Amino acid sequence: MSLLSPSDQEKLRESFDHMTSPVRVLFFTQTLDCEPCVETRRILDELPPLSDKIAVEEVNFILEKDKAAQYGITRVPALALVGQDAAGESRDSRIRFLGTPSGYEFISLVQALMLAGGHESQLTPENRARVEAVTTPTTIQVFSTPT
Amino acid sequence: MAFANPNITAFAVEATEFPDLARKYRITGVPKTVVNDQIEILGGIPQDDFIQQALGLP
Repeated sequence: MSLLSPSDQEKLRESFDHMTSPVRVLFFTQTLDCEPCVETRRILDELPPLSDKIAVEEVNFILEKDKAAQYGITRVPALALVGQDAAGESRDSRIRFLGTPSGYEFISLVQALMLAGGHESQLTPENRARVEAVTTPTTIQVFSTPT
Repeated sequence: MAFANPNITAFAVEATEFPDLARKYRITGVPKTVVNDQIEILGGIPQDDFIQQALGLP
C-alpha cells in the first residue's frame, strides 16, 4: 500500500513534471542493524512511479566503500542526488540526505529532486552570484527533526 | 547553493537518527545550519540573510 494519498501522488506528479532531465537517487544502505534504512526504502519506492525522470539505485554501504567515500557518505541511510548535464553526462548535485527522508525532510527531498532535475533554482540572481563566488571547499549541514 | 557551485556540498541531516552528530554540533533546536564546522545559523531566516551568514560575508 502506498504511503501517499492519491491526491498527494497527483500533486507530486505535477511537481515532477517540471523536471527536464533525469535524476538518480543513490541510496546508501545496509541490510543489518538499520531500521531507518527499511523505512527509507519504503519512502523511495514511492518516487519512480510518479516520474519517469526519477530512478533509485541502491548502494551497499558495507560492500561499496569506495562509492560511499566518493560521495562523502559516512553513515546510513543516506541519499546522494545525481543529475545530468546538457551533454547527458552524470552531474553530481552535491546534495545529500542523511537519515530517513520523512515529514519535512520529504518536502526537502522533493524540492532537491526538482532542482537536480533542471527546475529553476529559488536563489535570487544576487544570491546566486554570491554563491558562485565561493572558491573554497564548503560543507553545509542543515539539521532537522521529523515533524 | 551546492547545485550552483561545485565547491559546495550540502547535507540535510535528520538529527534524531544521528545523536552523535546532534551532540557534536550541539543541536538543541531545529533547523540549525552548520557551515564548515564553524558558522552556526539558528532557525529559518530570509534567503539574503542566510547566504550572507553562511558564506561569512560582511
